[in-house]
Parts: sequence; structure tokens; C-alpha cells
Amino acid sequence: MNKKIIGKAYILGDNIDTDQIIPAEHLVYSMSDTEESKLYGKFALSSVPPKQAGLPNGNIPFIEDGKFDSEFSIIIGGSNFGCGSSREHAPYALQKAGVKAIVAESYARIFYRNSVDGGYLVPIESAERLIDKIKTGDNIEIDFENHTIKNLDNEDDFKILPVGDLMPIVEAGGLFEYARKSGMI
Amino acid sequence: MGQTITEKILAKSAGKTSVKPGENIWLNVDVLMTHDVCGPPTIDIWKKEFGADAKIWDKDKLVIFPDHYIFTANKHANRNVELLRKFAKEQDFKNYYDVRTDRYKGVCHIALAEEGFNVPGTVLFGTDSHTCTSGAFGMFATGVGNTDAAFILGTGKIWEKVPQSIKFTFTGKLPPYLTAKDLILTILGDIKTDGATYRAMEFDGEGIFSLNIDERMTLTNMAIEAGGINGIIPADDLTAEYVRVRTDKEFEIFRSDEDAGYFSKYRYNMNTIEPTVAKPHSPDNRDTVKNVEGVKLTKCYIGSCTGGKLTDFEYAAKILFGKEVNVPTFVVPASTQVAKDLEHTEYQGVTLKKIFEDAGCVIAQSSCAACLGGPDDTIGRAVDRDVVISTTNRNYPGRMGSKQSDVYLASALTVAASAVTGVITDPRNFIT
Ligand code: SF4
Repeated sequence: MNKKIIGKAYILGDNIDTDQIIPAEHLVYSMSDTEESKLYGKFALSSVPPKQAGLPNGNIPFIEDGKFDSEFSIIIGGSNFGCGSSREHAPYALQKAGVKAIVAESYARIFYRNSVDGGYLVPIESAERLIDKIKTGDNIEIDFENHTIKNLDNEDDFKILPVGDLMPIVEAGGLFEYARKSGMI
Repeated sequence: MGQTITEKILAKSAGKTSVKPGENIWLNVDVLMTHDVCGPPTIDIWKKEFGADAKIWDKDKLVIFPDHYIFTANKHANRNVELLRKFAKEQDFKNYYDVRTDRYKGVCHIALAEEGFNVPGTVLFGTDSHTCTSGAFGMFATGVGNTDAAFILGTGKIWEKVPQSIKFTFTGKLPPYLTAKDLILTILGDIKTDGATYRAMEFDGEGIFSLNIDERMTLTNMAIEAGGINGIIPADDLTAEYVRVRTDKEFEIFRSDEDAGYFSKYRYNMNTIEPTVAKPHSPDNRDTVKNVEGVKLTKCYIGSCTGGKLTDFEYAAKILFGKEVNVPTFVVPASTQVAKDLEHTEYQGVTLKKIFEDAGCVIAQSSCAACLGGPDDTIGRAVDRDVVISTTNRNYPGRMGSKQSDVYLASALTVAASAVTGVITDPRNFIT
């Protein structure tokens, strides 16, 4: 795992549920077929109501028309990110769209597990609410060693919480990699 | 200090004498359930990790119900069912309930109960967030994603963090205008969609044990709407009787100790709760039906694992008997068993099916249908600016198909009353 992640931020509100992340009608595509699976990136976050898409102003499409990935690789969310269904397609679709990390105040359990166990992206908990402190498009640096998230455009600095006892799975890159390393399978 | 029912069941599954909240433990899984949306990617991961010739860990413990996208021309959706069929053949396991055969069941959580897979004291994982429904049988049941399910498929094991529990005690008895749906919507309004994140929601009290099994399942079904890892109701005689006619498996009944530790406790009196709705666009956006009466509707929907059980249709029939609906109304029995029951169960000497037909409802085939929107040709799906009142469990933007639509969640009584008038209507106008 990289010690630092740098990218453009995309800001979302509270209770971003899995239907907003990847609407149910798109769950039919193959996740193993390289070409077809790109569709998950194309439709990532496609059900977020336009006004809430890319705060504070909204109306910023996460994926531009005709594209399969996003210029934004860091998502900043409010509380209860990923609530709703158990679909692993949710963190997968975000990964397909090019997202490297999410920073949110809190996560729904299954989304958090799926992100970590599937090795799709790193779900990071922020120590404070960030969605009104960082703007969509800001350049952000996440530093895992110093537990900080920095806004490179204005040097604002915020704290993130340590990953805790799931760190070995995050570091291994997923549940299977972890289980192999530790001799379970 | 004593232990909660959830802690006791998890300890047993982990082979320990006791566990503490916060502890990460490895569980031995009794049943793994999957369906047509999450089954194929789970199988892909499993094959990738365990090899093309791998065998599943236990043929008797895997259950697959295709249920989400069944009656559709969508080729990708049909391919998913085809993949499950192939897998069932290749692994030669019996608990596969194929579409277009007389084994087809419909919505997985209801089918699990009907087919005897819900057994008190056991641990069930499913690739569906509403797997918590099975907790109504005094067991630990929770949802996971494909990677976790693939891990179980190969090893029979999975890690879990022991949750703290929240206790909800209900006194009193349900008045005739109220259902379990009103109770759980009330709780959601109080604790919000993240109020039980990573916690067990335990239901208790004389009020709970006066509910039938269908209604208990409505409560545990929506534990996930508060972020709960599981919902759980200790088994009683009614549970034991339901389970014994459906399986020969031996089971152990667990109860929480008097001195068990809880994160928090809530008490409710059923007699004082009013008919309740969740307004758009969140299941915790609670209000009384009275306060939103008069909102003009374009669709009514009675179905899903939450509100498509026989008891829900019995409620609806009480209001729809001898009346006509004023707005397109969809009746979607959760399972094929419920669909059969509609043909035999009577109210005032008339079958429920006939009551719905005479009222002008559209009766659809059993499946998840429009509960989660689904492909374009899904029956009852919300389109454009539809205003829907539904017995389902989620009303996040786009959940029922259109992100411009407004979805209100309510009991089958409230939906039926609203179907008759065409606007949101308090069931007490029909039932006192
Ligand atoms: S009926 Fe709805 S909530 Fe229940 S399993 Fe199907 S899609 Fe999920």
C-alpha cells in the first residue's frame, strides 16, 4: 500500500447509499470481463441527484459523458457512507472509475467490509466533518504515516483516524491475500 | 456480566465460551445464501481464488435463490441466472431454486424461512443486506459482499467483529390500524439510518412476542436500515413450531441474560404509536401518516421481503375488500408460496386474490420486482416524477427506478387506504 495518495477531491453529502453509487439496473454487467466491467466505472455515482453531485455547488458530473473513468480520485463524504444494499459492485464501481480513497465521517458496515476485504479502495475515517471544508476539484494529499489529509491548494490540514485492527487486511490488499499470508488458506 | 443472545450465538459459532463486543472472531457459518445479482460475481471470485476445479465447502450449506431480476428480457440479467444454473449443475448441490421450474421461490429472505433454512441459534450469512431478516428466528444473520461470500464458499469461515447490542422493548398490543412496519419506521425515525451501525438490534417484550412470524420478520428485515449488523428476536414456542414443520434439524434456543450489557435501551408502547411513513428520500425521514395526508399519488406498491408477506396482504385485503383502487396499484407476493396462499386465504368469504383483482390491482409474479427498480421492463418500476407509496424498505433517490420520483414507505394498511383514495390516507379512516 502506498504511504501517500494524491488526487482531485469530489465532495458528496451524508447517507450516500449504494443505489446512488451504482444504481440497481446496472448490476447485471460482468465483473470479470475486462471490457464489459468498464461499464461499472461509467455509471459510478450516476444516481446522485445533480444538486448534490460535487459539492458545494453541485451539478458537477463525476463521470463526463462518453467516459469510463473520473478525473476525481478522492471522494470526500459525510456520515454513513455506503449505506443500503450489500452490493460489492459499489466499491468496485468506484475503483473502476479511478477512485483511490474515500474519506468520510462514518461508513455503513457492509460497504466498509467490502472495500477492505475486496481490496478495492481504502475507506478512511476523518476526525471531523470535511464536506464543507474542502471543495470539489481541490487537490488533496492523504498521508497514512502522519494520519493527515492536506488541501494542496490552500495548505489546510486535517486529521484522519488510523485504520485500526483491519490494517493487516488493507496492507495485504484484501481478505484472500491476508489469509494466504497468514497461512489460513 | 451476562451475555446477550447475539454474543451467545457468536461465541458458539466461534467455538468459544464467551465473546466481548469489539472482539474480532472467526465464525463457522451454518448457511450461506446468495442470489442472481451477487451469486455470479461471488462464484467468479471463488474460482479465481480456489481454482477452476475447486469444490464448495459444504454442499448442504449453500442456498441459492434467483429472485432479483427474473421476469425481464434484459439479456445480462438472464445470463446471470444461466450462470447460477451452470454452477448448480457443476457443483451438484441441491439447494438451488431455479426460475421457471416448480422449485422457483421468489424473494430469498422469505424463501429461507419457508424452506426451513432459518434455525434458532445458528449463523447465516447472505450476499444481501436484508439477510438480517432471518434474525426473527433467534439466529445471527447478516449481509456481506461477494469477496466475503467467496471466502465462506471455500472455507466455511468468516471474520466478524462482535457488535454491542441495542435493546428495543415493546409493551402493549398492536391496535388494528397498526403493523410491525409502523413500529420499525418509528424506531428508524428515532435512531436514524446510522443509529445502529455495527450494532445488534434486539427486540423484546410482550408486544414483540404477540406478533406473528411474518410481522417479526418485518422488524428484523429493516435493522439494516438503521445500519444494524443484525436484528434479532429470541425464539419462542411459535418460532419453534414454525421451524419444526419445515426442518428436521436440531436447534438450541438462546436468550439474553438479565445482566447482559447493552449500548442503549429503548422502550415503546404499541398502543400509543400512530400509523407512520418514511417520507422521501430516506427510511428515517419519519412522519405520521396524518401529517402527510392528501399527497397525490401516481402508484401504490405492495411487495418485497418487507411488505409482501401473507400478513401484509391480509392487512391490505381488509381495506380493499369491496372497494376499487383509484391509482395503479401493484400486488407483488414476495414468494410463490405467498402467491399460492393468496388463492386460498379468505377474508369475509372471498379469497385475497379475488379481492385484489376486483379492486383493480395488478398482481405480479413473485420476485423482488420494483423494490429495487431493476431493468427497464420491471413491473411497477417508478418512472419520471412518479409519487409512490410502497411497503418496501428503502426510498433513497432512484431506489425504485427513477431518481426524480418520490417514494413514501408505509404499512400495507396505509398503502391500501391510499390506493383507494389516490392520495396518502390514514388507515384509521377505514379501520378503527
Ligand atoms: S425484495 Fe427488495 S429488499 Fe428484499 S431482497 Fe429483494 S430487492 Fe432486496
